[in-house]
Amino acid sequence: MYLKTMVRAAGVLALAAATGVHADSHTTTVTIATVNNGDMIRMQGLTDDFTSRNPDIALEWVTLEENVLRQRVTQDIATKGGQFDVLTIGTYEVPIWGNNGWLVSLNDLPADWDIDDLLPAIRSGLTVDGELYAAPFYGESSMVMYRTDLMEKAGMEMPEAPTWDFIRQAAAAMTDKDNEIYGVCLRGKAGWGENAAFITAMSNSFGARWFDEDWKPQFDSEAWANTLDFYMDLMTNYGPPGASTNGFNENLSLFQQGKCGMWIDATVAASFVTNPKDSTVADSVGFALAPDNGLGKRGNWLWAWSLAIPAGSDATGAAKKFIEWATSREYTALVASKEGWANVPPGTRTSLYENPAYLEAAPFAEMTLGSINAADPTQPTVDPVPYTGIQFVAIPEFAGIATQVGQEFSAALAGRQTAAEALAKAQALTAEEMEAAGY
Amino acid sequence: MATLHSRSAARAMMAPAVFLLLVWMLVPLTMTLWFSFKRYLPLRGGDLGWTGFDNYVRFVTSSAFWPSVQATLLIVGGVLLITVLVGVLLALLLDQPMWGQGVVRILVIAPFFVMPTVSALVWKNMFMDPVNGLFAHLSKFFGLAPLEWLSQAPLFSITLIVSWQWLPFATLILLTALQSLDREQLEAGEMDGAPPLARFLHIVLPHLAQAITIVVLIQTIFLLSIFAEIFVTTQGSFGTRTLTYLIFQRVLESQNVGLGSAGGVYAIILANIVALFLMRIVGRNLDA
Amino acid sequence: MARAVTHQRKTLNTAIAWGIGLLIFFPVLWTILTSFKTEAQAIADPPVFFFFDWTLENYAVVQERSDYMRYLLNSVIIAGVSTVLGIVVAVPAAWSMAFVPSRRTKDILLWMLSTKMLPAVGVLYPIYLIFIELELLDTRTGLVIVMMLINLPIIVWMLYTYFREIPGEILEAARMDGASLREEILYVLTPMAVPGIASTLLLNFILAWNEAFWTLNLTAAKAGPLTAFIASYSSPEGLFYAKLSAASTMAIAPILILGWFSQKQLVRGLTFGAVK
Repeated sequence: MYLKTMVRAAGVLALAAATGVHADSHTTTVTIATVNNGDMIRMQGLTDDFTSRNPDIALEWVTLEENVLRQRVTQDIATKGGQFDVLTIGTYEVPIWGNNGWLVSLNDLPADWDIDDLLPAIRSGLTVDGELYAAPFYGESSMVMYRTDLMEKAGMEMPEAPTWDFIRQAAAAMTDKDNEIYGVCLRGKAGWGENAAFITAMSNSFGARWFDEDWKPQFDSEAWANTLDFYMDLMTNYGPPGASTNGFNENLSLFQQGKCGMWIDATVAASFVTNPKDSTVADSVGFALAPDNGLGKRGNWLWAWSLAIPAGSDATGAAKKFIEWATSREYTALVASKEGWANVPPGTRTSLYENPAYLEAAPFAEMTLGSINAADPTQPTVDPVPYTGIQFVAIPEFAGIATQVGQEFSAALAGRQTAAEALAKAQALTAEEMEAAGY
Repeated sequence: MATLHSRSAARAMMAPAVFLLLVWMLVPLTMTLWFSFKRYLPLRGGDLGWTGFDNYVRFVTSSAFWPSVQATLLIVGGVLLITVLVGVLLALLLDQPMWGQGVVRILVIAPFFVMPTVSALVWKNMFMDPVNGLFAHLSKFFGLAPLEWLSQAPLFSITLIVSWQWLPFATLILLTALQSLDREQLEAGEMDGAPPLARFLHIVLPHLAQAITIVVLIQTIFLLSIFAEIFVTTQGSFGTRTLTYLIFQRVLESQNVGLGSAGGVYAIILANIVALFLMRIVGRNLDA
Repeated sequence: MARAVTHQRKTLNTAIAWGIGLLIFFPVLWTILTSFKTEAQAIADPPVFFFFDWTLENYAVVQERSDYMRYLLNSVIIAGVSTVLGIVVAVPAAWSMAFVPSRRTKDILLWMLSTKMLPAVGVLYPIYLIFIELELLDTRTGLVIVMMLINLPIIVWMLYTYFREIPGEILEAARMDGASLREEILYVLTPMAVPGIASTLLLNFILAWNEAFWTLNLTAAKAGPLTAFIASYSSPEGLFYAKLSAASTMAIAPILILGWFSQKQLVRGLTFGAVK
């Protein structure tokens, strides 16, 4: 390779030759890159269970904050750096990377791992041309989480499938700024996985779409204007201060402190807000489907944090064993025995939602399953689109574009520009980037 | 003392440092230049052929380019202004007789030891958070609405965080310079009945001029490439996208290595313009 | 000082200086205090200062999750070795610049500084690819090399400014006595420049310790220093101020303590030639 000669010729750092004294014992080391989310940290804590069954495998963890992790993992796989044997990635990356031939197929996991037990929506999101490229660790959709006590105080009752108008009424009724209670908390922090994900999913229920069938950006459509106007109205009147810097974690913390009346976000948060150890409002949380506008689509998304093996890993066999363990029913049972059923990683297997012990411990189980099943990544919105993905568009350029679009939305929420200006800028920059990408 | 022998020896002794830095500069620079003329999209299969100056044109014509240059200069300029002004005042204060001077100096120097990531995290979450931050508690105590620091005053907030980190550096250099000031000259000025401000302007400030240029030079080198403070706090939102951050977005978030590399070349040019400008000033002082 | 300073004046100075000093130090103090609180106390309104139930729980949680000593060791090795190596390379260069200056000396010096202005992000891809080729990814060796190169210009410049203050006649005298160049540098120059070298060492150790771009992007499980340790606590799910504070305290404590104990040396040499 050209690069090689260039580097060699440069003859740099010959002193480096004496490097890399690799551990050459009999154990295989599996390096796992993962996000610092609660479920992953728990998995890390349960490592002993795996290593005691597989004494010849040692696990090394690289636990990073989500943004840093994405950047590290993408950089490494795109350059074939080979630093990791197991990657924690989502339903956005899997189809793109799988298509590029960067991931190892997991179709050959043993039969008792039971691939047919995976929820169909999740499984299809991780499959490319019949090959399963990642095993789901936990899956999520989004739904409304609300304070039953505040609802009652406001004299209202949350329907199982609310409309956006109802959400606005309820938010108005619950907001009590003097006591730092804000009717609704939504993501405002810029990022394709933060506000762009939420607003994109929301826009589907308003009939908006990112691109028409010719890949022309649609931010100049009326449906987008309606979406963003509604979002801004909700957040500026009934949202918490500083909403433009609140992401999932910030809102979780606000809700747990009892400062949000409603929070529309990932179903996986349900077990955090009902956990009395962390949440001050654990016993008064209710759940409902994500809102709609009567157009036939709800504002809920679909996501699965999944474990995948990069092609070229030198520990593929051991990595598969690890993935098999971490995504198995036995792992779920292990977590249940240590932390209780309510805390097991949700949203991946049908069998979990047929387990009476889980259904009893997790009041949010039914709503979670309903939300996941209601999500259809192949037909995300009202009008036809050339892409798949609900809160994202499964093309490589999306992350970069959506982060910038998210920044425009976030700036609008912060009052630095109007919704119309944000949409005009989003339209321009998306067109610019799509042109650069050759669409 | 500069004999021919010592000249060649001198050159030989300089060689390792010069060679290492040359390699460190040229190899990545050459590769960056090479990438910058390529359509290089790792997620779309990597090297997609030569594109001439497309990346360069695209990078500057992007609506994000000029605002990012502006943000860079505002942050760098703001931090320099704050650290030098406050640094001079603080140095003057610390130069006065007092009890526990050593302890005060330890307190003032502390921010310099805090890694940028940590300081950004601490400021963002524990001070500037509009709900749980200390500033929010403080404003509520006085009956005011909490300021949403990072979205309402984003550039100022970042400038504040970075200034906090670099203030000790500026203060210490200025203090050292101040302590070498000729006391007799100062006292003579006092006897002549010159008011304190005049003494400061005519005696102290000229003496500090060189130290100030050094502070400006060294800090500029570091400030042009600040990254962690923005990555942790606003991620480039609200007009805080500096040139460095824009390149980061192109290379890592959009995975457009060609475009990002072209941006890298622009950043190098900008840095060198700034450097040239500074070197002119400092170079003069180095001769002295 | 010829003039007696009035007692009141000194008291006033002391009060103001302590006030400002505490203000500047406050964020660090607050982080340390918060690290001993529970998560609920960490966000309490009104905030609690000293009267809370001090707990070590956060430190236990952090230590259980990540092996602090490994990160600490990496930080010490990377910052330490790169700084020492840098000084070894820089001393001869600084010597020749200070004592055998030529027309181009200043240009070379300024050029060296300008290499520091290369934006790291812009060259991440090239460096990453080189590191893959040379198998340097996630190795301490790789980071030592990068850190040394990043700080080399600063090291050269600092040493140069100290060396310039040493009268050339002393070196010449040594040479008259038959000292070789190596001996001249090792036994005559270096001992005289100890304060300068010490402060160069300290400053660059701190800079290397705090560097957070390369250390994060070129490491995975093995060579990650404390900057990587922090990245796993930066914004997790749920309440995290207390745990973040504990991790932050653990990351900055070693360098803070080192800095405080050695601040006299650091300050004495920290002039960059600004003072004659």
